[in-house]
Amino acid sequence: MESYVSHRDRLWLYIFVGLVIFYLVVPMLIVIPVSFSSTTAMTFPPRGWSLRWYEAFFGEQKWIGSLWVSLRVATLTMIVTTLAGVAASYTLHQSSFRLSETIRATLISPLAVPSILIGVGIFFVYARIGGLLNTTAGLVLGHSVVALPFVMLTMSAGFSSFDMSQEMVARSLGANRFKAFVTVTLPQVKFSVATSMLLSFLVSFDELIISLMVASGPMSTLSRVTFATLRDDVDPTLAAVSTLMLIVTSVPPLLLHLYASRVRARNGRNAG
Amino acid sequence: MANVSTFPAPGPIGQAEFEANRRALERDRRAETRMRINLTLPALLVVFVLMACPILWLLSLSVVAGDGRLSLENYALFFSEQVYVEMFLKTFMIAFVVTVICVFLGYPVAYLLAILPPAWSGVLMLAVLVPFWTSGLVRTFSWLIILQRNGIVNKSLVWLGVIDKPISLVHNMTGTVIGMVHIMVPFLILPLYASMKAIDGNLMRAGANLGSSPTHAFFRIFLPLSMPGLVAGMIMVFVMCLGFYITPAILGGGKIKMIAQRIEESISLYPTWGPAAALAVLLLLMTAVCLFVSLKLVRWLAAGR
Repeated sequence: MESYVSHRDRLWLYIFVGLVIFYLVVPMLIVIPVSFSSTTAMTFPPRGWSLRWYEAFFGEQKWIGSLWVSLRVATLTMIVTTLAGVAASYTLHQSSFRLSETIRATLISPLAVPSILIGVGIFFVYARIGGLLNTTAGLVLGHSVVALPFVMLTMSAGFSSFDMSQEMVARSLGANRFKAFVTVTLPQVKFSVATSMLLSFLVSFDELIISLMVASGPMSTLSRVTFATLRDDVDPTLAAVSTLMLIVTSVPPLLLHLYASRVRARNGRNAG
Repeated sequence: MANVSTFPAPGPIGQAEFEANRRALERDRRAETRMRINLTLPALLVVFVLMACPILWLLSLSVVAGDGRLSLENYALFFSEQVYVEMFLKTFMIAFVVTVICVFLGYPVAYLLAILPPAWSGVLMLAVLVPFWTSGLVRTFSWLIILQRNGIVNKSLVWLGVIDKPISLVHNMTGTVIGMVHIMVPFLILPLYASMKAIDGNLMRAGANLGSSPTHAFFRIFLPLSMPGLVAGMIMVFVMCLGFYITPAILGGGKIKMIAQRIEESISLYPTWGPAAALAVLLLLMTAVCLFVSLKLVRWLAAGR
């Protein structure tokens, strides 16, 4: 939207938005310098520099063990959620049937339910049926509930610009359904699939409440150990952990976003 | 006569062909249904077994008293004990304050995003999205460092002479609200921006042509048109605040107890599931009511224009 107000008349708006952006972006970056501090006091600016908190992180079983748990659980959640979510949203897109809207709403609904409720509910089920508390499978299934809506939303946006009759053409030319999907449909929604994978990985990696409810001890996730340390005995290793988490949770989406904008810009130019 | 019937015209099909055809179609339809079930079932099972069923279960447990009778005793507990009444009020108050601050901070950002040329709004959008993607735990920890007694904010305020000695900014309401707003602002900006983007810029220019000042045009044209997005964003923030766990637990320092912490506590505090279930049901109810009202409100606002 163009505007007829001069930049000078809008100066206050620029300044205000600049301050809000400062509030949003700068504070979370403070963990980076603090993580390289040489003292136990978590002050900014640090009094000296060292790598001791990274050594502490990589040297302690509590941290490194939970990092492995988180990576394993997030990878498996990514696989489970992407497969289940892509299959479901493909079905919902390729034809609408009696229950399709209900199914879509059901699969997106975990987004609207407070995660403490989902966490308590899952704990409740696991406590009853047994065998899933403190297991990788239990964590993966639990995280899948909260990651699924993100895959559904991403994939239905992806499928919405894809014309299903292309797949029909492939099938009428002799490809079976699976082959038609893999060779015709999938390449055109591959970007949404990548986004779904990334989102479900990150949702799981960052998830706290379900992890808090269903797994403890050696099966604690990195987020759980971070939370417990943060609540009970704050120590500067947290700054190193936070820096690593900051990188893991913000850099991949950033790269994907930049790549997507570039692809869009290029397609836009070709079309125009 | 032109030679039309080189090919024999298809004769009427017999009963047998008709049957075969019908059977083939039926088979096809069944295969289609089977495929739909197979492809949606895994996802549906996960949501049903791990979310829908336990919530219904909790609903039923919440009306069972300690001795196994059917009663509303668990609910009565929350309305008779002062701590719980206070907790509900505090939860609502924090959610309300955070929502108001988010509107105040988020509206100008969304507005600027909508009016800037694409290249600039892309950069601004990244500044909103990067914090949005970043782990909530990391952001909460950052605030703990910044707001602590000898943290950068206190030091700066003392240096500037605003205060004589450090004040407590964390482990209380102030810290909780600052941290929660930080997490929530993007949730307000994103839907609001989407609805602002859909506003036809010609309307504002028409207003200017007809002699309205930019401020006047903003309040009479732009603001009303952005209302559906604003309401949607506000309700989203409010509802998420009601169920917030991490930030109050860390930045509230155990002193700010919102409903989510109480639910977690009462699981270990009481011998039965009843009280935790009742709290959970109340939270679910509040969430559902908010979402329902907002849906109606957004529809009403959108229809009104």
